[in-house]
Amino acid sequence: MNIVVCLKQVPATTEVKIDPQTNTLIREGIKNVVNPYDTYALEEAIRLKERFGGIVTVISMGPPQAEQMLREAIASGADQAYLLSDRAFAGADTLATSYTLSLAITRKINECDLVVCGRQSVDGDTGQVSPQLAQTLAYSFVSYVDNIEDISEGKIRVRRMIEEGHEIIEAFLPAVISVVKGINVPRLPSLRGIMRAKNAAIPVLNAQSLDADPQMIGLNGSATKVVRIFSPERVCRGEKLPGDAEAQVDCLITKLRESGII
Amino acid sequence: MVVPTPQVTDKYRGVWVFAEQRDGKIKASAYELLGKGREIANALKTELCAVCFGYNVTNKNSLVAAGADKVYVIDDSALKDNNEDIYTAELVQLVRQYKPEIVLSGATALGRSFIPRVASALKTGLSADGTGLDVDPEKGWLLQTKPAFGGNIMAVIICPERRPQMATVRPRVFKARPFDKTRQGTVIKVDFNKESVTSKTRLLSFLDDITDKVKIEDADIIVAGGRGLGKADNFRMIEELAKVMGAAVGATRPPVDEGWTTYAHQIGQTGKTVSPKLYIACGISGAVQHTAGITTSDVIVAINNDPEAPIFEVATYGIVGDLFKVVPLLIRKVQSP
Repeated sequence: MNIVVCLKQVPATTEVKIDPQTNTLIREGIKNVVNPYDTYALEEAIRLKERFGGIVTVISMGPPQAEQMLREAIASGADQAYLLSDRAFAGADTLATSYTLSLAITRKINECDLVVCGRQSVDGDTGQVSPQLAQTLAYSFVSYVDNIEDISEGKIRVRRMIEEGHEIIEAFLPAVISVVKGINVPRLPSLRGIMRAKNAAIPVLNAQSLDADPQMIGLNGSATKVVRIFSPERVCRGEKLPGDAEAQVDCLITKLRESGII
Repeated sequence: MVVPTPQVTDKYRGVWVFAEQRDGKIKASAYELLGKGREIANALKTELCAVCFGYNVTNKNSLVAAGADKVYVIDDSALKDNNEDIYTAELVQLVRQYKPEIVLSGATALGRSFIPRVASALKTGLSADGTGLDVDPEKGWLLQTKPAFGGNIMAVIICPERRPQMATVRPRVFKARPFDKTRQGTVIKVDFNKESVTSKTRLLSFLDDITDKVKIEDADIIVAGGRGLGKADNFRMIEELAKVMGAAVGATRPPVDEGWTTYAHQIGQTGKTVSPKLYIACGISGAVQHTAGITTSDVIVAINNDPEAPIFEVATYGIVGDLFKVVPLLIRKVQSP
């Protein structure tokens, strides 16, 4: 089975600040890590390989330093990696990103069966790349997967979380799935994996090598634009209720009843 | 397969709301979006339409009462399981035919799964999980505010050159208008040929395994517990308070990691985002990974013995004290009139 995992490098902290002069995010001094949800996607892919056999390929679109993250993925058990990196990819929204990722999958992966993604990145928080990737590739799509039950006869059977409970869904392969946190506990890299990762060649794919349409990548290919970023106002300053526990509770209940909340 | 990129033209008119239903019952998020959609349509001097897919959907006229001028309906047994392949194909088809300038949907599991596919097929822009919508009537732009970095940053997003402008919007952020039964509107049955649709996915079964009476996403009140509870037995106290208040139970990450409760209850960056009328945080310090998921709550109450805990910065009402005294008192007093 050919499995692809999409990874994204994100700031190690979400406590980012805005430079008041330039109105852009302050990125200096912030370490990058693999998007936490993507670690579950990678682990799930490695487990599938162990169950059903196959090859796990990790891909990421990002700046050159994302190579380190791909190397760590190989240390954890991925077989090969591609870095999609080109200045022309910069400024991509989810539409342009999913197009670019789809090119790597169609051009570099021979008969892909399954693409596993994290449910969303923790920086952009959109969760749109995986469904849009599925649509672009014309693959099946299932989101919020928290268990893969079986893969057989060209179909995958999964359990997904929705508001009301869980659904068991069967989808034809090839498919894209997005996974949630509860699906597994990611393993640590093995010593052997670390050695292998050290020497692994990670090819860099640019717009030209992907034969990308310049109008569909990066800023040109993006339909949306961010016009402003700002720090949210905190709801209000905490009003601390006075007195002992009894008085505090009475005061709280009175306030909640007066405002009709309870 | 490549669709010509749509250009901004005056041909795109009207505001659409995808009115989600489940088991034939229209969801509250549909009415909330119609409330906001009505304001947007008025500002743009255009019509507001609801689009409703499902099987044996009751009360379709309520979408008119909630603000829609037109309701496009596909009611067919093929749509009974909310099949996302069919939903995608049909919504794409309708948008191509009627050319709305704006399409809104709830940022529910369904909306966040199939609406991105619609936007991708239409090669247009989409913003995710929005908490604010505004319009620039001169330019015809929808100004879409969405949280990023777990709510630490807010971004305003536009889709200036392509149409429709699409957004999924967090449930419970906007208020529905009171139903006006005298409102006039038309319900339009859309041609649907089930022979012509194919789907690559199939629902085998639904597991009704959320045992709680009140679901976190729909709850008016949420009582949540954190690390401060110390152990699994103490977490039962949170469940008791939730029960007497008719509330849903929430948790931060530590109680989930420790196994005091399940992941379905986790609120925050790696869990769910909620917007209840009342959020009661018990023994929660207020790390940003958690508060990111609760900031759109109307009222936040924090109970914590550490007066410096950051939860008090986001709390409307703070109780500095021992939660093992405060919570039992609350359980008792909230039940007495």
